[in-house]
Amino acid sequence: MPRIVVDVMPKPEILDPQGKAIVGALPRLGFTAFSSVRQGKRFELTVDGEVTEEILAQARNAAETLLSNPVIEDVVNVEVVEA
Amino acid sequence: MTELPLIGEATAAGAGAERSLAGAKIGVVTFPGTLDDRDAVRAVRLAGATPVALWHADTTLGDVDAVVIPGGFSYGDYLRAGAIARFAPLMSRIIDAANSDAKLPVLGICNGFQILTESHMLPGSMIKNDQLKFMCRDQLLRVENNTTSWTGDYAAGQEITVPLKNQDGQYIADEKTLDALEAEGRVVFRYVGFNPNGSRRDIAGIANAAGNVVGLMPHPEHAVEAGFGPEIGSDTEGLGFFTSVLNKIVGDNK
Repeated sequence: MPRIVVDVMPKPEILDPQGKAIVGALPRLGFTAFSSVRQGKRFELTVDGEVTEEILAQARNAAETLLSNPVIEDVVNVEVVEA
Repeated sequence: MTELPLIGEATAAGAGAERSLAGAKIGVVTFPGTLDDRDAVRAVRLAGATPVALWHADTTLGDVDAVVIPGGFSYGDYLRAGAIARFAPLMSRIIDAANSDAKLPVLGICNGFQILTESHMLPGSMIKNDQLKFMCRDQLLRVENNTTSWTGDYAAGQEITVPLKNQDGQYIADEKTLDALEAEGRVVFRYVGFNPNGSRRDIAGIANAAGNVVGLMPHPEHAVEAGFGPEIGSDTEGLGFFTSVLNKIVGDNK
């Protein structure tokens, strides 16, 4: 079954409190190479059958209306992944 | 005050249309995961109005004069707080009624506020508290605008204490939106003394341009009854929300 992967990230200008907590925790475990972390979301939409342009358009629309909130988040990637 | 049962009963939608205080009907919406609908129902009754239970899957608002979207964790806060509730059938009715000429008064408390921003009825959004902790405290607020449908019984600049309890309570919007909210007097409540979640410009609650839609993170419905409100300040400084809208409804129908 092919899947459509949608990646959503907090907008760059928005401080990401979760990312901030993670970057604070990393050095405590010895991971000292990372100066910043931002946490996003990955959605996997499974499609029964072929992913047509129409279905991909639906996924993009869903990504903008439900999967992300355009006030605080950007849809950074919508792509088809074959299983 | 009349004796009330500890657990408030909401009436079913429909009956009667008289416009006395008690005849004013205030709907309280329940979504899967809503917590504070019973407290909101009780607050409505203590203010002297008739509460009407509304269910998220309802396709009509009945003849309610105002709507409260209470707090809780609708749909478990999955995806984003309020994001799934926003697409409930009843929300379309509420959005239409709030934007109609009748300007139905709508109050969103906590998760209800998050639902109002997700619905784009109010600008901006809420993200995780800056402190990354669930905050639960008695919170001092300043009433910045007493001309909305829900704040008419307060004095401008009045300070009130109501409980606050949330995880995703940090109000954010871009600078342009924040400047517009300030310029138009749409910042209705500000945190005083301590900003419990990192909200921009200490904003605790805002209104739409018409002033009939108000959302805030703190919980006025938990501060309506002597002995059961905040431990600091008066117990009942949240009751004004509900008496305000009642006076607004009765005034509009004179």
